[in-house]
Amino acid sequence: MNEIANPTKLLPWAPERNGEEAPAAAAKPAPALADALRLPLRLAWRQLRAEKSRLFAAMAGVMFASVLVFMQLGFRGALFDSATNLLGAMRADIFLVHPMTDASFRPEPLPRVRAYQTLADPDVELAVPLYLAQSTWRNPETGRRRAVQLIGLDAGAGAVDFPGLAGIVEALKRPDTLAFDTRSRPEFGPIGRLFAERGSFDVQLGVRRMELVGLVEIGPSFGADGNVVMSETNFRRVVERGASNTDLVAIKLRAGADRAAVRERLRALLPGDVLVLSHEELVAHERSYWENGTPIGFIFVFGSLMGLVVGMVIVYQILFSDIASHISEYATLKAMGYSNGYLARVVMGSALILAIIGFVPGLGLSWLLYDMVGKATFLPLVMYPSRAAVVFLLIFGMCAIAGMLAVRKLRDANPADMF
Amino acid sequence: MAAPPVDLKSITFAYGAGELRRAVLRDVDLTIAPGEIVLLTGPSGSGKTTLLTLIGALRAMQDGTARVLGQELSGASEAERVRLRRRIGFIFQNHNLLGFLTARQNVAMAMELDGGLNETQRLKRAGEMLEAVGLADHAEKPPSQLSGGQRQRVAVARALAGDPGLILADEPTAALDKVSGQEVVHLLRDLAKGRGVPILLVTHDPRILDIADRIVAMEDGRIVSGAQEATVGGEAA
Repeated sequence: MNEIANPTKLLPWAPERNGEEAPAAAAKPAPALADALRLPLRLAWRQLRAEKSRLFAAMAGVMFASVLVFMQLGFRGALFDSATNLLGAMRADIFLVHPMTDASFRPEPLPRVRAYQTLADPDVELAVPLYLAQSTWRNPETGRRRAVQLIGLDAGAGAVDFPGLAGIVEALKRPDTLAFDTRSRPEFGPIGRLFAERGSFDVQLGVRRMELVGLVEIGPSFGADGNVVMSETNFRRVVERGASNTDLVAIKLRAGADRAAVRERLRALLPGDVLVLSHEELVAHERSYWENGTPIGFIFVFGSLMGLVVGMVIVYQILFSDIASHISEYATLKAMGYSNGYLARVVMGSALILAIIGFVPGLGLSWLLYDMVGKATFLPLVMYPSRAAVVFLLIFGMCAIAGMLAVRKLRDANPADMF
Repeated sequence: MAAPPVDLKSITFAYGAGELRRAVLRDVDLTIAPGEIVLLTGPSGSGKTTLLTLIGALRAMQDGTARVLGQELSGASEAERVRLRRRIGFIFQNHNLLGFLTARQNVAMAMELDGGLNETQRLKRAGEMLEAVGLADHAEKPPSQLSGGQRQRVAVARALAGDPGLILADEPTAALDKVSGQEVVHLLRDLAKGRGVPILLVTHDPRILDIADRIVAMEDGRIVSGAQEATVGGEAA
C-alpha cells in the first residue's frame, strides 16, 4: 500500500522527462484579514483542547483570579454602598453639614439656627434638623450590648423616607419610644420576630429604658452595625448635648424650584461653618471618606491586584509551557513560512480563549458567592453589569499581559536549528 | 531555459566572530536544475546542514549570492525570507507534526497561508496528498497513532501540499528502519518527479543514494565532487 500505483495518473507531467520547463512556484495571494485572525485562533483552541488537564488548570487559574477580583471589588463596592445606606435613604433636595464632618457616624455639630436661616429663601419649603449619635443597644435575649447608630428627626416632616417609618410617625411622638432597623446585624437580637410576636416591648438603649414601637429598614454599614430611629425630643433624652446644635440639616424645596440656583443662594447667604450639598454631593462626600480617609478602599484594590498577579502567573506558566513543549513544532511552522506575527497571534489567541473560558464560570461562581456572602454579612453585594464588564476587562488584560510575556519564548523557536 | 531554481555563487559562511570565528562554508557554488534530485553527503561538520538552511532562507546570508526560486537571498529582509519559505517544502529528520491535529489537518497547515484556497479546498487537497502517500485510511488519526514511517510520509505530504517550487530534506530517513526509509524516499522521489519539483536532500544514509540524479559530496565546507550539473532527462543515477 506504500507504493504509488501510477504516479503519472495523479501527476500528469514531468518536465525533466519531456523537456518542458517547470512552472516557477508563484507567489500566493495573502490570506484575507478574517482568516489571518480566525485561523490562529482556531489553532490556539485546538492546541488548548488537546491537553485537557492543562486546559483545566488554566481555566481554574483564571476562574480563581476572576472570583478573587469579583469578591474584592464586591466588598469594596458593598462598603461604599452600605456606608451611604443611611444618607442614600434621605429624600431631601439640599443638605447642610459641618465642613469638618468626615462621616455620618462621627458628625461635627453645626448650629441649628442655620436650618432656620435657610427659610429666608423663598424657594425653601422645609428645613429639618437631623441628629446623629452612637449609643449601645442591649440584646433583649442575650443581654449583650453593642454599638448602634441613633438617628433623631421629626419623622412627620417627610425629609427622610425609610421604609416603615410613615406608619409609626404618631407612635414615635410619645416619650421614650424608638423604631429599630430590621436590617441591622443579628447580634442585636431577633427584634423583628419578637416585635411580630409581642407587639411593642421595652428595650434598653444606653442607660435608658425605651419602648420599641415599630420597625424600619435602613441597613447596616461599616460605620454602624444597626440603626435606631427616634424623635428629636427622645434623642435629647438619650444623648445629652447642647440644644442649639444639630448634625445634619435636610432641606426640601418648593415644587419647581431650581435646586442649583437655590444652593448657590444658600452658599452666599450662610456663613462658612456649613457646607451646602446636593444629595449626590452628600453621598459622594461620605463615600470619599471611606475611599480616601481609610485604608479599606486600598486594601480591596490591593487584594484585587494580587488576584490578577496570581492569575497572570498561572496563565503565563500555562502558555509558556505550551510553547516550550511544542518548540520544535513552532519552529517547523516558522520554516513553513509562518511569520512571528502569526504565531504571536496563536499565543494571544490562547490567552483570549483562557480569559473567556475562565471568566464565565468565575462570573457564575462569584454570583453565587455574592448571594451567600451577602446573606451572611448583610452587606449589599450586588453583581452590577458594569462591575462584570470591569472584571472581564481586568481578566482580559491579565491574560493579554501573560500572553505578551509568553510570546517572547517564541523567539527560541529557530527554524535554522531544526536541521 | 528558465533560471535554475537554486543558483549559488561563492557562498561563504562562518559562525562566531573574532577569535572564535569558524568558517563552515568556503566559496560554495551549486546549481540545481528544474526537477533535479540532488543528494548532499559528507561527514558531520562539513557544512551540509548550514548550506541547506541558507537555501531554505532560514538563516541570513553572509557572503556570496544565492538565487532561490527567483528570490535573491543576499541582503533579503526577514519578510522576504518568510515569503520565500512558503514556496519551499521542508522535510525534517523528525516529522515535527503538530500532535494535536489529525494527519489531514497537519497537511492542511501547509496551505493555510495561501489565501487562494478556502477551508474545504484545503482539506480536500490534504486528503488527496495523503492518498498519494498511501495514507488515505489514516487521514483522521493524530500523529501519535501512526508509525514512524507513516508520520514521515505525512511530513512528505505536507511538504508537497503547498505546491512548492523546491523540496529541502534533512536526513528524512534517520529515524526510520530500512524498509520504511526506502518507502519514504521513493515516495518523495516519485511525487517530486511527477510534478517537476527539484529536491535537495542531505543524508548520511547510503541505502537511499539510488534516488539521486546527482550526488554532491562536501568536506570541510567545500564541495569536493558533483558540483557540475548532471545531464538531466536521462536515467536517474
